[in-house]
Amino acid sequence: MGLEPETAMPPILNVTDLRKSYPDGFEALKGIDLQIDAGEILALLGPNGAGKTTLISTICGIATATSGTVTVGGHDTIKDFRAARAMIGLVPQEINLEPFEKVISTVNFSRGLFGKPANPALIEKILRQLSLWDKRDSQIRALSGGMKRRVLIAKALSHEPRVLFLDEPTAGVDVELRRDMWEIVADLKRDGVTIILTTHYIEEAEAIADRIGVIADGKILLVEDKAKLMARMGKKELEVQLSQPITEIPASLVSDRLRLSDDGTALIYSYDTQSERTGITTLLSDVAAAGLVLRDVVTRQSSLEDVFVDLVHEGETR
Amino acid sequence: MNWIAVKSIYIYEMTRFFRTLTQSFISPVLSTSLYFVVFGAAIGSRIQEVEGVSYASFIVPGLIMLSVITQGISNASFGIYFPKFIGTIFEMLSAPVSFLEIVMGYVGAAASKALFIGLVILGTAYLFVDFEIQHPFAMVGFLVLTCISFSLMGFIIGIWAGSFEQLQLVPLLIITPLVFLGGSFYSISMLPPVWQIISHFNPVVYLISGFRWSFFGAADVPIGLSLLAIAGFTALCLSVIWWIFKTGWRIRQ
Ligand SMILES: Nc1ncnc2c1ncn2[C@@H]1O[C@H](COP(=O)(O)OP(=O)(O)OP(=O)(O)O)[C@@H](O)[C@H]1O
Ligand SMILES: [Mg+2]
Repeated sequence: MGLEPETAMPPILNVTDLRKSYPDGFEALKGIDLQIDAGEILALLGPNGAGKTTLISTICGIATATSGTVTVGGHDTIKDFRAARAMIGLVPQEINLEPFEKVISTVNFSRGLFGKPANPALIEKILRQLSLWDKRDSQIRALSGGMKRRVLIAKALSHEPRVLFLDEPTAGVDVELRRDMWEIVADLKRDGVTIILTTHYIEEAEAIADRIGVIADGKILLVEDKAKLMARMGKKELEVQLSQPITEIPASLVSDRLRLSDDGTALIYSYDTQSERTGITTLLSDVAAAGLVLRDVVTRQSSLEDVFVDLVHEGETR
Repeated sequence: MNWIAVKSIYIYEMTRFFRTLTQSFISPVLSTSLYFVVFGAAIGSRIQEVEGVSYASFIVPGLIMLSVITQGISNASFGIYFPKFIGTIFEMLSAPVSFLEIVMGYVGAAASKALFIGLVILGTAYLFVDFEIQHPFAMVGFLVLTCISFSLMGFIIGIWAGSFEQLQLVPLLIITPLVFLGGSFYSISMLPPVWQIISHFNPVVYLISGFRWSFFGAADVPIGLSLLAIAGFTALCLSVIWWIFKTGWRIRQ
């Protein structure tokens, strides 16, 4: 244990050709393949209705798959559902809690449901970590929305899952709590927990994920290492600010990589960081040759958000 | 078998019950008392003895059955419908529990509540009338079996129901008439012959008759038939639940 190279470890979550049609005939998952290694954080991005929640529900046993297989820690989620589900924690997208129940009893209940004997010390630790300890005897209905979401997280953590699904954990949560959540996720990762989270906040994926998956229309468009993805898809822009605004790009400079800013005070040149020759040197000498005077030069890197939007559009037009 | 989960569900459900203990306790005591005042004292004084016992004592077993049946159904149907309705059922479905364990937790709790109410009514009845229980073990056996089988039925209704209206529908349209026409307040032998025959198609008649036999030693139908009826009913509910379990009907999307 521990000495094996990581590549020798089988994936902790293995989804093979998973399909799901709802009773109304709508096919929400159209053959999903996904492998996730132990201890990694995967952020699943995708537009509304892409199938993120359906994918998680099908893996966790809330919805039944039409075909395909899922294994968790090598256990089939249907044939060996006890072993598989015992490893999984789920924080659902919707806040589903019993309004009249006390925080502590609903969290204890979750642990019991997963067959684990009571462990007050652990529950206290979790509730403290989520700043819920002072609220432990409050009824759920007396909590704010953000607190309720944290109760859902506490319930999922109460039975010490090895794989944690977070379905939009930071939707409708304030900035501070979002940072707290990221910290909790980092802590869990340190303990070796594998995390799959869905989010619409791209900066969230950028901040905490190891790999990014993009799903649209029931299909996985890509799953890739975050850094590699950014590097591969990342375009850089060079903004050449001019001391005098111009109305159009001089004929000697015209190229499809170059455009003029709306106010005419800057030329914007986009280039690929991966390519051998960026063309910047040529551009700058051509600018000088055209008689334009430079005021300043700025570079910008496109964000994951741009990458994501590009991908989903590609997916749609495909 | 995930016993800890069964215990957790059971305790969770029972806590809900004890949280509203006063309501759970007062309403059966009050309604039983009213039944005794109205049927026992007011009407009963004009009715001669039924099968050798005073009318007020005669209605005790029927009253207990009436409450136990309605309580078992409403507790169990509400118990499983509520998490479906507010969405907390997701946790049950994603937990390493089998359907059998879910049923044991919910039905066990619902049956316990019904049994508790049944015993409270029995106690209340003692305050109003004198009676002896001739076959106490059979009495407890009938009571427990009835609690369990009607809680199973309630569980099925709770799984089936798509709205609160539907949740009320079956108990209101089917169970209440069957129970009232099942001889809670009269002996089948008091009916005109045609209605006696029709009554024999009402399963509740067999339950109440058997239960009354355990009190007074007299019955409308042979005791063996009563036992068969309750066993058959339990088996029917169990097989429906087994089928629900197999198909995930109305629970898993
Ligand atoms: N119970 C259901 N019956 C029929 N169709 C459903 C059901 N649940 C979801 N769908 C459909 O399946 C598709 C995927 O829904 P899903 O909830 O998985 O999307 P999502 O990616 O989680 O979206 P969001 O970002 O809005 O949460 C949608 O088109 C949705 O309408
Ligand atoms: Mg969703």
